[in-house]
Amino acid sequence: MIIELGHFALILALPLALIQATVPLWGAERRHAGMMALGDLTALAQFALIALAFATLVNAYITSDFSVLNVAENSSSAKPLIYKISGVWGNHEGSMMLWVLILTLFGAAVAWFGDNLPAPLKARVLAVQAMIGAGFFLFILFTSDPFQRLADPPLEGNGLNPVLQDPGLAFHPPMLYLGYVGFAVAFAFAVAALIEGKVDAAWARWVRPWTLAAWCALTIGIAMGSWWAYYTLGWGGWWFWDPVENASFMPWLVGTALLHSAIVVEKRDALKGWTVLLAILTFSLSLIGTFLVRSGVLTSVHAFALDPRRGLFILVLLAVAIGGSLLLYAVRAPALAGGGLFAPISREGALVLNNVLLTTGAATVFIGTLYPLFLDAVGGPKLSVGYPFFDRTFVPIMVPLLLAVAVGPFLGWKRGDLRGALERLWIAFGLALALGAIALYLSQGGPILAVGGLMLAAWVGFGAITEWVGRTRLSWRRALHLPRAAHGMTLAHLGLAVTVAGIAASAWQVERIAVMHPGDNIAIGGYTLHLDRLSGLDTPSYHAERADIRVTAGDRAITVMHPEKRHYPLEQMTRGETAIRTTFLADLYLALGDDDGKGGATIRAYWKPLVPWIWIGAVFMALGGVLSLSDRRFRVGVARRAAPASAVTEAGE
Amino acid sequence: MRRFLYIVPLALFIALVIYFFVAMRGGYDPSTLPSAMIGKPVPTFDLPGPLVPPSYAGPRVKLGFSNRDLLGHVVLVNFFASWCIPCRVEHPVLMGLGPAADVPVVGIAYKDKSQDAVGFLNEYGNPYVAVAMDEGGRTGIDFGVYGVPETYLIDKHGIIRLRYVGPLTAEVVAREILPAVRTLQQSP
Amino acid sequence: MRFFLLLLAILLATLTPPARAVEPNEMLKNPALEARARAISRELRCLVCQNESIDDSNADLAHDLRLLLRQRLAAGDTDRQAIDFIVARYGDFVLLQPPVEPATYLLWFGPAALLIVAAASAAIFVNRRNRTLREPAPLSAEEKRRLDTLLDERY
Repeated sequence: MIIELGHFALILALPLALIQATVPLWGAERRHAGMMALGDLTALAQFALIALAFATLVNAYITSDFSVLNVAENSSSAKPLIYKISGVWGNHEGSMMLWVLILTLFGAAVAWFGDNLPAPLKARVLAVQAMIGAGFFLFILFTSDPFQRLADPPLEGNGLNPVLQDPGLAFHPPMLYLGYVGFAVAFAFAVAALIEGKVDAAWARWVRPWTLAAWCALTIGIAMGSWWAYYTLGWGGWWFWDPVENASFMPWLVGTALLHSAIVVEKRDALKGWTVLLAILTFSLSLIGTFLVRSGVLTSVHAFALDPRRGLFILVLLAVAIGGSLLLYAVRAPALAGGGLFAPISREGALVLNNVLLTTGAATVFIGTLYPLFLDAVGGPKLSVGYPFFDRTFVPIMVPLLLAVAVGPFLGWKRGDLRGALERLWIAFGLALALGAIALYLSQGGPILAVGGLMLAAWVGFGAITEWVGRTRLSWRRALHLPRAAHGMTLAHLGLAVTVAGIAASAWQVERIAVMHPGDNIAIGGYTLHLDRLSGLDTPSYHAERADIRVTAGDRAITVMHPEKRHYPLEQMTRGETAIRTTFLADLYLALGDDDGKGGATIRAYWKPLVPWIWIGAVFMALGGVLSLSDRRFRVGVARRAAPASAVTEAGE
Repeated sequence: MRRFLYIVPLALFIALVIYFFVAMRGGYDPSTLPSAMIGKPVPTFDLPGPLVPPSYAGPRVKLGFSNRDLLGHVVLVNFFASWCIPCRVEHPVLMGLGPAADVPVVGIAYKDKSQDAVGFLNEYGNPYVAVAMDEGGRTGIDFGVYGVPETYLIDKHGIIRLRYVGPLTAEVVAREILPAVRTLQQSP
Repeated sequence: MRFFLLLLAILLATLTPPARAVEPNEMLKNPALEARARAISRELRCLVCQNESIDDSNADLAHDLRLLLRQRLAAGDTDRQAIDFIVARYGDFVLLQPPVEPATYLLWFGPAALLIVAAASAAIFVNRRNRTLREPAPLSAEEKRRLDTLLDERY
């Protein structure tokens, strides 16, 4: 497969996208079946073309074809196969190819699985999708072409940044993109609904699986990034509130709000305009995140020699896509009136509270991320907005949310009984109090806020379990009878509790930093660490210094751990490889520092209670999403049958 | 009134785009920080010179100096280091600066070893009328240096008037440095 | 996408001689003083990194600032004096927690104001909604019984 074929396929996808962006839209206006159906064909063809283009690029990486500029700059022949492949998206051009691959994949999926959609809606969704696709094809072709040849190919490539040669980071971008781009489908549904001027329970039901799928991927993507930071950075930090992290966290927060408000549209035929706005905002924040990261507005430009045209191009794309959709929103949304009463104390009331808090939280992150830039632009002082700001503003907003998460599912639709709900939660409340008391006693005047966090986690977790037990009454038959979405909610809320517990408990970490010589030992978290040996290790990619550290607890041998410090000669970089032993209740975390020139080296040892729960919780949340996704209501074919049914009869389900 | 609410998101977004556009056009560089030392006196320091003078030394080159030595004339203080790659980019500009601009440039080798700094100057030439070693980097911190090369413009009264971060270019010198130097030289 | 940041950090790191995060030989003998130094250094930004504190950073400058901070504390500075010493040289930018001043009112109070606005809008929405729609007739005893059985079935 030659790279020019890929380039050609990408170029060919552009007119297809332009056709798909116009003809089905027109067809939907004129109710012309053939024109509407054309969208399916072009969506599938676009995917095939982009897949071909992507495949030629992957092939160039696998075969180390250094006559391709992109390969020569970002790969080398000595890398293991997996990092040759992940190197494809380890750079700007390749990652944009991955972006459009996923975009067209989703477009093809809508075309393929969307038989249950009314033809005009489907045609419009695909048209909006194609508009986004066309914008990104142009972006790649004009500013970020990965298919350029070198006249004078080098014998060896520049290699892949060693930081990226890591299983966690290899698959972090694809998951993140699945999330970002998946939200493009929700966006397309929102814009299509605005064009049609109709949002109903059926619409909410159709848009939900796409949103759920995107949300699951984004959850995993963010968790992977954070986990990677944790095991790479050598001291176990996992979240920094840096602009690039925030860029992925904001769509997650608003996407979470969208998932919840779509339920209200489906069940109560209310919050329509708001839900459409959330669908637009979620994808907009994904685009803005891309812009912030790619344009160099927030991160330093010259470090990567980014092309300023790229920033400008994305900004124009942003202005057209988001501005256009918000304009359409301003014109059409006022007509989207909802029906039915809306009691403050009810399931829908709780979901509104959820939305208020999640969107305010996202806005807080937004303000914190952009404020330094804003202040600078208006001639104010240069400031840093770091974790202390977010600890003092974002975290307090999440406290009432966590308090409400346990209560919400106990409230009925339309008219909830808050007292009844709280009465059913007294066990969860008691357990949370007891856990708090134990934690307070054990931590001996340690961090009080962490005790509070742990109690909140217990409240959410036991609340979710109580609710599940109340519904299933621990009967297998009843449990099987419940809709899977219900189990999904329990699992996701439980995951939230687990993550919060992990975050809270990280305040109790223990740290020992010492220069050790072979034969020395230190004690941490009930373990004794014996440094047995410091040695060198050579591989084709790097040279490593390696420590053999024997871990014992009393007389018992536990394990031997090997933190390393790796030097990559080709890339001229050094990075640490930490050693982590997890019991799932706590991590023992070791990093190797510099040698002291006298046969010893700095060892950083940490004992981190409950830290793995941060990511285990995220996995629970994503699994909860997947479980909901498998609910029969969202399966192909069901929605059409259910569509005419009114929201009220469905509400009893 | 109700319709007006639906325009709010669009209005906010337009403001955001304009602001992004201005931020991008303005050549905004988040990695460049303003100095907190502008308008303040040069910090107190007394640094030794390199152990061996650079071969291109000449009689005028002073080895080692203190903040008091800077009083009385407009002077540029340049922080450099032999391990710093952008410093090599900047070096020809400094070499061409002294005579034409009629402004003395003094060099402080930041976190550098004596023989390395001298080796660097021997290889690329010595643009400085005085060279001092800041091996521990303490004086650098007192100036607010966060990455070499950095250049400070000091007035006759020993007040820091301007800082430039990153390698000087001929354009920056002509556009920013020299006009400021002239103004300061003419003022009492 | 966060790897771009790491890339940046590493590119910058290659421009400076290598050093690492808090080293054993940096630490003060006096544990109380060392604890204060750690706490302060968590609040100070490593100038060449993205939102990393000097306590976490591997950058050379962060190492120097950690040492300097400890010197100041050992010489008898209060926490405030030690922080001011560094702010005097590097400006407010080194503070990970921006100061509360007129320029940052929007930053610090914006989120709370937004929360109030959002909560008030939601309350007004719910209220207006219920005023425009008439309350339905209360349930009869029969309807109530049926509803209760239905609610029991409900998940």
